[in-house]
Amino acid sequence: MSSAKSVSESRPSLARGLRALLLRELKKWLKDPVMLVMLVLQPLIWMGLLGKALNIGALFSARNINLPQQIPIPGDAVLVPQGLQVVVLNGTKLSQFFAGLGSEVMQSAFGTTDYFSFMSIGMVSMIVVTTTMFSGMSIVWDRRLGFLDKVLSTPVPRAAIIFAKILNATLRAMFQATVILALAYLLGLRLSATFTPMNILGVYAAIFLLSVGLSSIFIAFSIRSTRMERPMQFVALITMPLMFASNTFFPIDLMPSWLQAVARANPLTYLTDAVRQLTILPTDHVALAWDLTYLSAFSAVFAVIGVLLSWRYLSL
Amino acid sequence: MREDVIRAENLTKVFNRSVVAVDHVSFSVREGEIFGFLGPNGAGKTTTINMLTTVLRPTEGNAWVMGFDVVKQAKEVRKVIGVVPQEYSADEDLTGYENVMLCADLYGVPRDVAKKRALELLELVDLIDFKDKRVETYSGGMRRRLELACGLINRPKVLFLDEPTLGLDVHTRAAIWSYIERLKEEYDMTIFMTTHYLEEADALCDRIAIIDRGKIVAMGSPSELKNSLGGDIITITIKERADVTEVIRGCENVKEVRYENGAYRVKVKDGEATAPLIIEALRKRGYTVVKLSLTKPTLNEVFLEYTGRALRDAEESKESFIARRITLMRARRR
Repeated sequence: MSSAKSVSESRPSLARGLRALLLRELKKWLKDPVMLVMLVLQPLIWMGLLGKALNIGALFSARNINLPQQIPIPGDAVLVPQGLQVVVLNGTKLSQFFAGLGSEVMQSAFGTTDYFSFMSIGMVSMIVVTTTMFSGMSIVWDRRLGFLDKVLSTPVPRAAIIFAKILNATLRAMFQATVILALAYLLGLRLSATFTPMNILGVYAAIFLLSVGLSSIFIAFSIRSTRMERPMQFVALITMPLMFASNTFFPIDLMPSWLQAVARANPLTYLTDAVRQLTILPTDHVALAWDLTYLSAFSAVFAVIGVLLSWRYLSL
Repeated sequence: MREDVIRAENLTKVFNRSVVAVDHVSFSVREGEIFGFLGPNGAGKTTTINMLTTVLRPTEGNAWVMGFDVVKQAKEVRKVIGVVPQEYSADEDLTGYENVMLCADLYGVPRDVAKKRALELLELVDLIDFKDKRVETYSGGMRRRLELACGLINRPKVLFLDEPTLGLDVHTRAAIWSYIERLKEEYDMTIFMTTHYLEEADALCDRIAIIDRGKIVAMGSPSELKNSLGGDIITITIKERADVTEVIRGCENVKEVRYENGAYRVKVKDGEATAPLIIEALRKRGYTVVKLSLTKPTLNEVFLEYTGRALRDAEESKESFIARRITLMRARRR
C-alpha cells in the first residue's frame, strides 16, 4: 500500500457535498415505506374528513331548505299597497330560489360553489407547512446522533449542509402537495375552465417559494435546539393559527378586521390563493402575480435570515 | 526530529460562560504515536476532540493539527483528519457502502479513488460481505468498524477516535483494538483517542494524558505512569509468628512495609527482581515464606493516585447522556 501523500487529495466542493447530503436525505425517506404511507394518509384523512364533512355548499341546497308547500304571510307585513288580506308564497319555488341564492353566496364568498375543492387546496398549503417543518426538524436528530458533528469535522462547505436540508424539505413538500392534489382530483376536485397542465408548473413554483422561506427559518431555529420537543411544540403551536388565520378554510373577507390583517400578512394565504387561482378558480392574473410576488419576497427575506443564522451557528 | 502532529496550548472551553469543560490543557502528540486521553465521562475528553477536529471553537488557547491552526485554518485541518465519533453516526437507513461513499463525497475524495478505497476499507474491517446491507441490521461491533472505515476514506494523517469501544463487550472490544492497530499500520497515521476504559488505554496507547474535571493531571507512557506510583506490591505470608518488618525493610528497593491481615504488604521498586531478595533475606534469618504474590500497579491505581478517586462515571449533561444511551442501545443490538 502506498504511503500517504504529503498534500491532501481532498477537493471538497459545494455541489458534490450538497448532492451527497441531499441524496442521503432522500434515500432515508424512500427507504421508509411505512413513513411514506403515513405521510400520504395524513392529508388524505384531513381532506376526506374535513373537506367532505364541512360540506358548506350543501347548507344551501334545496334539500336542506325545507319550506312548507304554502307559506301564508299577512298582507300588511310585506306589501306596500294596502288592502290585501294575505299573500301565499310557493314554498317549493322559494326553496329553489334560496338554493340558487346559496350558490351565488358560495360563488361570491369562496369563488367556487364546491367547498371541497376550496378546502382541498387549503390542505395543499397545510401539508406544505407541516412537511417543511417536520423535515427541517431532522437536523435535531443529526445533531443528537453525532452525525452533524461528524459532517462538521469534514471539509464539506457549511452551505452544503444547510442547503441540503432546505432542498430536502422543499422537495418533500412538493411531493406531498402532488399526492394531495392527485387525491383531491380523484375525490372530486373541480378544476376551473382556465386550468391548463402548464399551470402545474406555477403551482410548484408557489410551493417552492413558500417552502424555501419557511424551511430556512425553521432550520435556523431547530439547529439550536438539542431536543426534539421544542421544535415539535413549535410546529404544534404554529400550524393551527397559521391555518385558521388564512384563507385555508374560509374566505378572509368574512373575517373580523383584526383577523383579516393577520391573514393578509400570513404567507399561507398567498400560497393558497396562488394555487387556487391556478387550479379551481378562473385565473385572475393580477391576483396571481401579486401572490407570487409576495411569496418571492417572503422566501427571499426568510431564506436569507435563516441561512445566515444557520451559517453563523455552523461556522466555527 | 519528529514534528508534533498535534499541539495544544492552554486549550480551554467554557460553556454558557460558567461550565468549564476543558481547563487550560496543553499537550503535544508526536508523529506516529497513539495518544490517549483517559478520564471519566464528563472529564472534557469529547470537548477536547471537538475543538481539535474544528467542531467547537476554543474559548481560550490555541491548537494546531499538522501545523494548521484549528480555528484560523480549520478548512486545512479538516482535510487531513479523520474522525470516528463516540456515537454511531453512520446513517441507519443507508448501506455500509453508501455510508462510506457519503463520507468520501463530504471530503471530496475523487470518485474513482473513493470507490476503490471504500471497498478496500470495507475489506480491511471485514464488512465487505455486508456492504450492501442497511446499517440498521449491523451489530455494535460492525457499526464501530464501519465508523472506522468512514473515518479513513480520506487517508487522514491524524485519526481521532472518541471512545472507540463504548458499550461493546470485552470480546468485541479486543477485536476493535486489533482493527485499530491494523489500520494504523496500513495507513501510517497518528492517532488521538479518548477512552474511559483503563485496559484500552493500557493496551493501545503509546502515551496517555489522564484528564479529570477538564484538567490534565498526569501524562506519560502507561508504564511511566505506573512506575511513577513508586513500584509494585509484594504480599508475603510467613510460617512463623514473628515481626519481620525490619528484615524486609532492610532489603534493597523496598519502600514501604505494612502488616495487614496476617500478611506483609511490601511496596517495592522492580518487583520481579526484589521478590527473590526478600525471600533470601527471610530464609537467612530462619523464616519460611509460605505465600508470595506480586501485583503490578494498573492504571486504575494511577488514576486513583492522581485524582483521589476511582475512575467512575461522573455527572454528565442530559444531552450527552441521551446520545450515550442511544449508542449503548445500538451497541447491545445483535
